[in-house]
Amino acid sequence: MIWQLDLAILTLVVVAAIGAITIKDLLGSAILFGAYSFMMCLLWSIMGAVDVAFTEASVGAGVSTIFFVAAVFRTTRRTKD
Amino acid sequence: MRIFGIIVVILTGALLIYAMGDFPSWADPASPAHNHVSPRYIEKSLEQTSVPNLVTAVLADYRGYDTMFETAVIFAAGVVCFFLLRIPRKDEPTVRRYRHTLTGITISVKETREIPPVLEEFERIDTLWTPPDLIIKTCCRILVPFLQLFGLYVIAHGHHSPGGGFQGGVILGASMILLAISHDLRTAIGRMSERVHAILCSVGVFIFAGTGALCLVLGLNFLDYGALARILHVDPVTARSHGILIVEIGVGLAVMTAMIWIYNNISSKGKYDEGL
Repeated sequence: MIWQLDLAILTLVVVAAIGAITIKDLLGSAILFGAYSFMMCLLWSIMGAVDVAFTEASVGAGVSTIFFVAAVFRTTRRTKD
Repeated sequence: MRIFGIIVVILTGALLIYAMGDFPSWADPASPAHNHVSPRYIEKSLEQTSVPNLVTAVLADYRGYDTMFETAVIFAAGVVCFFLLRIPRKDEPTVRRYRHTLTGITISVKETREIPPVLEEFERIDTLWTPPDLIIKTCCRILVPFLQLFGLYVIAHGHHSPGGGFQGGVILGASMILLAISHDLRTAIGRMSERVHAILCSVGVFIFAGTGALCLVLGLNFLDYGALARILHVDPVTARSHGILIVEIGVGLAVMTAMIWIYNNISSKGKYDEGL
């Protein structure tokens, strides 16, 4: 495990997570959530949990992002608050 | 109220970080999680199930109940989305848009229930329509069969490499969703109708639970695949491997159709008329 890589990915996870809950644009939030899932997938594979990483990549970064985008498409794009 | 919420969140986070200090360090062989059943799985799973991938053996065989009810949860998610979002076709007049493919003229047809005869030169378009992009359409259409082949590979090769029913099913479902996004929803529904989704989703759960019940009928415990040896004419260890494959196929079917079902319901607001 390379600690520099680990630190960079962990920082990106935190940045993506904070961005996903603070951004006003819901589509951007969905995309950031996908980026968060993908970074988590990289973390899982660094830790050796390849099956979990595969599930995270397909379900978290793939299909759930599509569901969010579809839901955003059918609602208003920006949050009210 | 907002300040109060932030304080609660920060306090909870601080408590969690404080409690993390008591955790065993990463990959510590003396940690409790690695001492109870893990050594048994690591040492015995290959000779008991003849499945090289430990995770698949644990998920589908040793912890078969968990996986069965996870599949049931996915099925329930699909059914709940259907019941919450699906709107049966009503008699209210709707406006449908048709585009003349040769001249690019769009006409809107206000109609009650009769759908006008589909002509060769007219194609049905969505209200929020964007011009068709040949590159995107062709690329996605070429990509879809390879995606589906990869999904089948992931399901079938779950014994030896990472993967299995869940991941393969999601990839298969994503290929159909890609078709719906790159073309339109009606194309995807034309390939695989709503009835097929509902039937295949329940068939997937039924294959899983039915395999378990078959083991029960053959005289062993529920989901004890060794009982299948009498039907498959192999030794009980190989029968476990085959039983895992059968179960994974069921999971894959249920997950694939549940994903497409949820997507169709969300993206078309339950009307199955105009999609993303």
